[in-house]
Amino acid sequence: MSTLLSARGLARHYAVRTGLFGRRASLRAVDGVSFDVPPARTLALVGESGCGKTTTAKLVLGLIPPTAGTVTFEGEALPRPNTVAWREARQRMQMIYQDPLGALDRRLSVLRQVAEPLEIHQVGTKAERRERALALLDAVGLQPHLAGRYPHELSGGQRQRVVLARALILEPALIVADEPVSALDVSIQAQVLNLFEDLQARFGVAFLFISHDLKVVRQVAHDVAVMYLGRIVEQGAPEALFREPVHPYTRALVSAIPVVRRRAGRERIVLEGDPPNPIAVPSGCAFHPRCPVAVAACRSETPALKTLPDGRLVACHLAHGDAAMRKAA
Amino acid sequence: MGALVALSGLTVDFDTGKRVVRALHGVDLSVARGEAVGLVGESGSGKSVTWLAALGLLGGRARIGGSVQLDGTELVGAPVRVLEAMRGKRIAMIFQDPASSLNPVHRIGRQINEALALHRGLTGAAARAETLRLLDRVGIPAAARRLDDYPHQLSGGQNQRVMIAMALAGEPDLLIADEPTTALDATIQAQILALLGELRRDGNMAMVLISHDLGVVAENCDRVAVMYAGRIVEEASADRLFGAPQHPYTQGLLDALPDLDGPRRRLAAIPGTVPEPTRLPPGCAFAPRCPHAEAACVAAVPTFHLLTPGHRAACLKPAASRGMARERAVA
Ligand SMILES: Nc1ncnc2c1ncn2[C@@H]1O[C@H](COP(=O)(O)OP(=O)(O)OP(=O)(O)O)[C@@H](O)[C@H]1O
Ligand SMILES: Nc1ncnc2c1ncn2[C@@H]1O[C@H](COP(=O)(O)OP(=O)(O)OP(=O)(O)O)[C@@H](O)[C@H]1O
Ligand code: SF4
Ligand SMILES: [Mg+2]
Ligand SMILES: [Mg+2]
Repeated sequence: MSTLLSARGLARHYAVRTGLFGRRASLRAVDGVSFDVPPARTLALVGESGCGKTTTAKLVLGLIPPTAGTVTFEGEALPRPNTVAWREARQRMQMIYQDPLGALDRRLSVLRQVAEPLEIHQVGTKAERRERALALLDAVGLQPHLAGRYPHELSGGQRQRVVLARALILEPALIVADEPVSALDVSIQAQVLNLFEDLQARFGVAFLFISHDLKVVRQVAHDVAVMYLGRIVEQGAPEALFREPVHPYTRALVSAIPVVRRRAGRERIVLEGDPPNPIAVPSGCAFHPRCPVAVAACRSETPALKTLPDGRLVACHLAHGDAAMRKAA
Repeated sequence: MGALVALSGLTVDFDTGKRVVRALHGVDLSVARGEAVGLVGESGSGKSVTWLAALGLLGGRARIGGSVQLDGTELVGAPVRVLEAMRGKRIAMIFQDPASSLNPVHRIGRQINEALALHRGLTGAAARAETLRLLDRVGIPAAARRLDDYPHQLSGGQNQRVMIAMALAGEPDLLIADEPTTALDATIQAQILALLGELRRDGNMAMVLISHDLGVVAENCDRVAVMYAGRIVEEASADRLFGAPQHPYTQGLLDALPDLDGPRRRLAAIPGTVPEPTRLPPGCAFAPRCPHAEAACVAAVPTFHLLTPGHRAACLKPAASRGMARERAVA
């Protein structure tokens, strides 16, 4: 399968000071992440607060330089930030955020807001830009009478539609969406999730979709990568991954999702211990202090991300060792 | 079984200076001893305001009407002295905004000590011992070493536990938990909810769990009330409500929710948005978004129908009457 975006060994470390005496330490926000996003597909990054999802998104877009690793987009290495080539690439990769109000310019009407990227890049005549913006408002399900409104006069769901229309107007190949529906109520969230699906079918755009909500992710993603402390610990198709998670962290995460209808026999794992600290990443497998099935090797050896027979990737010593042990776990 | 707390016809009007806006339009809800009641509904539906009003915590801008009875004592219009004696001691609340309830400049041990002195008259060694017991009970490891910590030295989940410990300090009969886990990660949320369930069963404490997450409420409550635009629109046991929802709004919420397993289906979104309190449509406030609305729905606000014992819905066309009661499998 051809790939649109590929990340190899991406890492981003921050120098920070800790404690009373301001001891220097290195915070490993992202610590060696590799993945591919094919055209017109959706890869979701999931994981708990602070695991490095947003940092990964910024690295992919070249908004921050990596400590190590590479990003390839449409077959070329991502150009250095703030160069002409980077700006060209950035037209093909757009970003949308959790808070639509923050992403919109409150002085611009909805129509201007959506047409603005065309103005900035001097595409077409004024009439053509207006035409195109109206067409996109229609595509995201906003009625023409809303075109003259301002962001604060719209509901949350309507604002997120404006953000999507604006992101789509330059016909990007990739949209990086960081928690795009987390601020919305379920009824509105459903509207926007359906829209993601429709727009992908219609415009062939690929998504790197970031969310902490596994139910949302299952709805939109073709491929899911679970992150823990800056690394991918499991990656695969959402159906398999949520039905039969293999990594002990994924298992705990999936089992912790409250559901209205619990499938018979779905296990419930309540983890002990505190959320992890990226300044003091545990040795070996970073999950071992909270892992209910850790063995001695987990404390000393870092498990590699390896492929299982069903095609998914897992970084856990037990997943690749004794299958019986995994069942018993 | 007599109710521990009974709200009836509870109304709240906010005086915004320019005009008076009604946020609650007559809420009837009761909680029995030891019971866990869930309150769900979209943002702005009135979940927090209901309980802030019941506890007299809304301030001078709010006018409260109707009745709130705690074991037969009326709280609406009660003297401040009565309300203060009740708060924390009989009914404790974990607030939606955690920053508002822990004092950032005081050590956590001191904050729990103060709650113990206020509600149970404990001081000195007895208070210290009880503080340790409470912190231990809510799962703060090595509690003795954490007494002198400030809130910023603890993780979000730990601060949430400290707030629960403080709420438990008065040994309340009812704990109102307003989105107690919304800011927390899924695995930590699971820990806190398991803890709340355990504490409730041990102490025979009743709980009102306010959440916008239907899954959280389904898994942790005996009975559930659904709010829309300042009114309760449906109420039933959790099994009934999620198994055979009757109000089109409840049905809409459930259909809009993505599943974690089973076949992937296109989500059925509820069209439109929640009306603002200043622009409520006439009749049933849900009518403009409702797939079953008819002329009568707009003519007057629908009253409650008792569908089966304990299951009521404020709708002229509940699912049962539409001949399509969809029994959902609840495992
Ligand atoms: N500029 C920075 N300087 C220092 N540390 C940073 C910086 N940016 C991010 N971090 C840290 O890197 C880690 C990963 O942060 P990131 O924002 O990528 O997490 P996330 O997975 O997006 O979390 P959330 O779900 O809360 O948004 C966190 O511990 C964060 O505090
Ligand atoms: N102090 C106040 N003054 C004026 N209006 C208020 C005040 N507090 C709440 N409201 C309004 O009352 C209505 C109900 O608010 P409430 O906070 O109870 O909603 P909620 O159901 O708890 O929502 P959320 O899920 O967002 O917490 C809203 O329309 C809100 O804007
Ligand atoms: S490698 Fe060990 S500690 Fe890490 S998840 Fe697997 S079993 Fe648990
Ligand atoms: Mg983030
Ligand atoms: Mg609230």
